[in-house]
Amino acid sequence: MSSWWKYGVIVLLLIAAALVPQVLPTFWISIATEVLIYGLLAMSVNFLGGYGGLVSLGHAGLFGISAYTVGYLVTRMGVNHYVAFLAGILLTLAVGAIFGGVAIRATGIYFLMITYAEGMVVWGLAYRWAKVTGAENGIRGITRPELFTKGWQYYYIVLVVFVLTVYLMWRVLNSSFGLTLRGIRECEPRMAALGYNVQVHKFLGYMWSAFFAGIAGGLYAYYNRFVSPSTVQLSVSSESVLMMVLGGVGTFFGPLLGSLIIIVGRNMISLYTARWPIIMGTIFVLTVLLAPKGIIGTLSAWWEQRKKVSAGVVETVEASARKEVGAEGEVRVGTESQS
Amino acid sequence: MSPTFISLQVLNGITFASLLFLLASGFTFIFGLMRIMNLAHGGFYLLGGYIGITVLVATGNFWLAILSAALGVAIFGVVIERFLLRFVRGKILPEVLLTVGLSFIIADGCLAIFGGNPRTLPPPKFLAGTVEIGPVTYPWFRLFVVFMAVLIAIALWLLQERTRLGAIVRAGVDDAEMVAALGINIKQIFTMVFFMGAALAGLSGVAGSAVLALYPGVDAEILTYGLVVVIIGGLGSLPGAIVGSLFVGLVDTFGKALFPEISYFTVFAPMAIMLAVRPRGLFGRE
Repeated sequence: MSSWWKYGVIVLLLIAAALVPQVLPTFWISIATEVLIYGLLAMSVNFLGGYGGLVSLGHAGLFGISAYTVGYLVTRMGVNHYVAFLAGILLTLAVGAIFGGVAIRATGIYFLMITYAEGMVVWGLAYRWAKVTGAENGIRGITRPELFTKGWQYYYIVLVVFVLTVYLMWRVLNSSFGLTLRGIRECEPRMAALGYNVQVHKFLGYMWSAFFAGIAGGLYAYYNRFVSPSTVQLSVSSESVLMMVLGGVGTFFGPLLGSLIIIVGRNMISLYTARWPIIMGTIFVLTVLLAPKGIIGTLSAWWEQRKKVSAGVVETVEASARKEVGAEGEVRVGTESQS
Repeated sequence: MSPTFISLQVLNGITFASLLFLLASGFTFIFGLMRIMNLAHGGFYLLGGYIGITVLVATGNFWLAILSAALGVAIFGVVIERFLLRFVRGKILPEVLLTVGLSFIIADGCLAIFGGNPRTLPPPKFLAGTVEIGPVTYPWFRLFVVFMAVLIAIALWLLQERTRLGAIVRAGVDDAEMVAALGINIKQIFTMVFFMGAALAGLSGVAGSAVLALYPGVDAEILTYGLVVVIIGGLGSLPGAIVGSLFVGLVDTFGKALFPEISYFTVFAPMAIMLAVRPRGLFGRE
């Protein structure tokens, strides 16, 4: 795809996003806010999983630490909103340094397993450490900053923070650091042989990802005005992984598309039935079996193939399309643990 | 700390460890040969517990309840292995996602059928009483769970070390392709492994529904403990599952009794230290 085409789409999407509160009713403004917040969380999972090859099943923990910090500081300590938001991100980074330090020692399936356990530690604390987290009752009554109390006002703030964060993420991924991260995903031993300090790069990748998840968590605390163990439960982690896979692993905007589908789908379906988890589980299974490359991954593979057919390079199309997808649409988790 | 307190906590710890062993041995067995991190294992546990309670309430026969739970979950596991997991064989992320999806379907299905109230398995008459062990009075049923775990551990050890199937499984852990090249039907072995792993999960569900309780969410909670057990003990290792579950069972029980609010940390801190020192766990191989 030529780049002007991509930029055109992004500008159009931004205009559409800016118009949401003018066009849609309050209920949908709230859902659009949620799509952006969970989209950011899914993109942070994708940052590490899609580009670094380290798929985390515990990102709800990082997300939740930020959300709980904001909730605690605002409701119990009366801390200034902006300070609380910043503190949420900082604490997420501090915990992320411990979690990441432990997790990056492992690769592939072991990484998944350890991050899963780490996510559950946060859930356990949220559930049991009643003095701080309020246990099952959670933390209620988180107020929003004065200027953003209304739903549409808050939507705009989330949109601005989202766009800035995503721009930063894009810059990081296209920096030499981002390229190194992708190199590690493709072939870790080669990167090590080339003299890159693989462990340090993985750790920094984890920290960036934690940073983005922390921003999403802080935004969530103000969005929902209530945090509870369900904010950090396992299904939040796995939903963010599903969003990534549904949109397309390692595609930049895939996770956002996944978030749109899952959040809108949940809100529509829960009007009719309480059995949303069964439906989501089915989406998991069907995505894995039918569209492992995700929506954007499948579309871009199809697009590449079409372009090559029209250019007359018929005989090599299949092979190159496959190569293209291999580089972009698939995560190579655990290539090492296989050997 | 009085001697009574300590002995009671030790007994409770060993009971919990037995429960964890039943769960973790199935998990680690499946992982050891197939490299599948079966995140639906907690769901299998839940399903086993509910089947056990349902059959016990309907028939009043305790042994039938255990048997149908183990067998029911095992058949369920085989169906999943044959009709879903086989299509993504060897691809780690799809395998994990598939089992996550299944765990949601199982948990929500159980919620729809059995409701959200905690349920416990009433102990059968011949195990209903208590027994005096030193200064403490302890329920027979809990000792039965320990006994069951010891029996299973011995059976699994014999199976692994003394039978042809065990030899194949051990060889398969090292090199599945070579085993297949020797003319052994590895697909059939995979199905068998899944059958046994799921049966153990179903069994642990019955034990768990008697010792703890069954409620929505317990599947993820118990699976997390199971993961800590195998991370500490080393994935795919039977001795690792035994030592790991004893460690986690005792530490968690004492942690909950002494520092109830942050009890999770008493289990996870050792896990983190273990990973920092020996990333493959106590008995795991590089």
